[in-house]
Amino acid sequence: MTRKQKRAIVIAAGMCFLALAAGLTLVALGQQTSYFYMPADVLANPVQAGERIRLGGLVEDGSVERIDGTTVRFSVTDGQHSIKVGYTGILPDLFREGQGVVAEGTFGADGTFVADSVLAKHDENYMPREVADRLKESGVWEGQEGGSDK
Amino acid sequence: MTVELGHFALVLALALSIVQAVVPLAGARLESTQLMRVGEPVAVAGFLLVAAAFATLVHGYVTSDFSILNVWENSHSAQPLLYKITGTWGNHEGSMLLWVQILTFFSALVAVFGRNLPPSLRANVLSVQGMVGTAFLLFILFTSNPFTRLVPAPFEGKDLNPLLQDIGLALHPPLLYLGYVGFSVAFSFAAAALIEGRIDAAWARWVRPWTLMAWAFLTGGIAMGSYWAYYELGWGGFWFWDPVENASLMPWLAGTALLHSAIVMEKRSALKIWTVLLAILTFSLSLVGTFLVRSGVLTSVHAFATDPTRGVFILAILMIFIGGSLALFALRASSLTAGGLFHPISREGSLVLNNLILSTCTATVLVGTLYPLLIEALTAEKISVGAPFFNLTFIPLAIPLLIAVPFGPQLAWKRGDLLAAAQRLFAAFAISAAVIIGVLFFVDRASTVAALGIGLGFWLIFGSLTDIVFKAGVGKASPGVVFSRLKGLPLSVFGTAVAHAGIGLTVIGLSCVTTMQVECITVMKPNDVVEAGGYTMRFREIAALKGPNFGEDRAVFDLTGPDGRRLGEIASSKRIYTARAMPTTEAGIRTFGFSQLYVSIGDATESGLVVHAWWKPQVTLIWWGAVVMMFGGFLSLCDRRLRVGVPTRRKAALQAAKG
Repeated sequence: MTRKQKRAIVIAAGMCFLALAAGLTLVALGQQTSYFYMPADVLANPVQAGERIRLGGLVEDGSVERIDGTTVRFSVTDGQHSIKVGYTGILPDLFREGQGVVAEGTFGADGTFVADSVLAKHDENYMPREVADRLKESGVWEGQEGGSDK
Repeated sequence: MTVELGHFALVLALALSIVQAVVPLAGARLESTQLMRVGEPVAVAGFLLVAAAFATLVHGYVTSDFSILNVWENSHSAQPLLYKITGTWGNHEGSMLLWVQILTFFSALVAVFGRNLPPSLRANVLSVQGMVGTAFLLFILFTSNPFTRLVPAPFEGKDLNPLLQDIGLALHPPLLYLGYVGFSVAFSFAAAALIEGRIDAAWARWVRPWTLMAWAFLTGGIAMGSYWAYYELGWGGFWFWDPVENASLMPWLAGTALLHSAIVMEKRSALKIWTVLLAILTFSLSLVGTFLVRSGVLTSVHAFATDPTRGVFILAILMIFIGGSLALFALRASSLTAGGLFHPISREGSLVLNNLILSTCTATVLVGTLYPLLIEALTAEKISVGAPFFNLTFIPLAIPLLIAVPFGPQLAWKRGDLLAAAQRLFAAFAISAAVIIGVLFFVDRASTVAALGIGLGFWLIFGSLTDIVFKAGVGKASPGVVFSRLKGLPLSVFGTAVAHAGIGLTVIGLSCVTTMQVECITVMKPNDVVEAGGYTMRFREIAALKGPNFGEDRAVFDLTGPDGRRLGEIASSKRIYTARAMPTTEAGIRTFGFSQLYVSIGDATESGLVVHAWWKPQVTLIWWGAVVMMFGGFLSLCDRRLRVGVPTRRKAALQAAKG
């Protein structure tokens, strides 16, 4: 083998690796990303059962009920529409009625949203950013999204 | 009054840092030794001034001076002293001040320890450090001033975010910044080399210790952050592929690549252009990380406060430095001469493979982190890219590298013998194969993936130690000879083996905990029992306690081991921090060997207390592995060869002796 051929082989091997990486990335971006929805979006364009999404909004006042010790049901609302969510596990410390929340999971066949993770804010002034942006747009909530009151 | 002095010191530091950016650079161009020399005292003075400013802010925190806006927002008089001090950087303004403090610290180190550098290189390095310092001091003074006064002064502060009231805040940010910002030195060396249009093997010898030091600190900082999140957030997760975590992982991956390519450059004068590019990219990724974390574009515990002007300011800094350095690279890189040739199967070849894989991994993390921001900017759709994406891309790409790691040190420079290397590694391979079979047959709940993962970990550990065994001639020479050979081996050989073995430990920890952890969620009343990993926990009671600035409900469980022995108690609590009325969960953790039992409680309901318990086998190996890697880095750093100037000094001494 001449030096040129050797170099060509090395470069080709490198390219194959990069192509593999690019392929994996594209496949993963196609399958493993989840879109953010507010309740109104879900009504406007229904989500297929089993598709992973993140559902954001406020926890509706008076909607939180405990089915048994570890299973909780509550509704996520954007002021106009609301969607029922079921979750098994420990809720975040700052999960409260009337506060912002983002639930990640899938719709079951019966139309309730089954969350496998629930995120609330991590500081009492803080609102999940996606939720804050949208609630401000629709005028349901006006407040600072920052952690400080400047 | 002291705070005004601090503010004044910071403004002076800005003035000095402008001098540091301009004068040595001009000196290097005009070939004026006097002008070039200005850089050193100015860099040291700049460091001292920022330190003075930082000290006044710490003083404000310690004395709970609520007439300072920043202290009022982030501190409380009832906080324990440690959290008052660490609260200084537990907020946006203070943490940027810490950033600049560490940047000026590294500039001062270059000024003090860089006396053996060629004068023009040193002048240019200090000047680039000065430019970075100027940009960030401007950022602090114009958008994030921690010294703003509040009139009238409130009687009590608003308290530090309770999640940050932990020893983790004392360690994680300083270590992380020592790493992040430490890469600025490699960046400045790269920019200086491009400005001069000249680069040689000596350049790599100067850059390597700085990179190694930054890398070791960053390793520690990331591991500390991961362990902190694990025990503090109460979810028992150690890595969430959160964008902010990725922001620290990317410079780490690129820095690891830089560390290895600099070896090739030092020993063989090859990969010059690539090493310079990598030095630029590593610090650029640190800047991108700072932008992602500090601008508030992301939702995270690290995004303290969002203010659009800050984001735009950091973005401008980012574009100037990344764009500027890459433009310089494009203009000058062609003037750097190519170096030695090598066969694909050689030490150089293995390091090129390392660089190829590490930079590809960095790229996938970068894509996954920025893609949601890009999509939101282009289509206003909000998407999230989480763990599944990274598990599908990063892990399969990283595994070939991990398998290849033990081969690297076995191959000779220029042209290596893969077959001979494989023969030497046979023992390590046999051990790993035995481990895989043993795990498959004798460990309950172990899947094939778990067995392969653990085997890979053992392969990394024993494969790395093989290098030392063969270099010392264990089994071939007499013990005395082996011992003297071990003593004669350069510390960097041990450093390499130890750091590579550290990866093995982390891989074992990751494999065990992700495949074999046991998790249960249940509702408990007093005297109910829950079992995880063979350990039994009997719920005894909930007791109300009072801490210095919080009240807590502490759930206590009596613990019994697998053999029925009583092991005392394990307790988890719900705290309410009074000042912010913010609840937090404190997990209960007991460590047995490398494994941990982890309990966190939820709400108390009518039917009982919600309890989430985990058995996490070998989980602490994840972080011990990082500690071992860090130790390997420091071992290597102690190597004589890397102590800049030792050879020249020794030569001078020899000549003096002869004369």
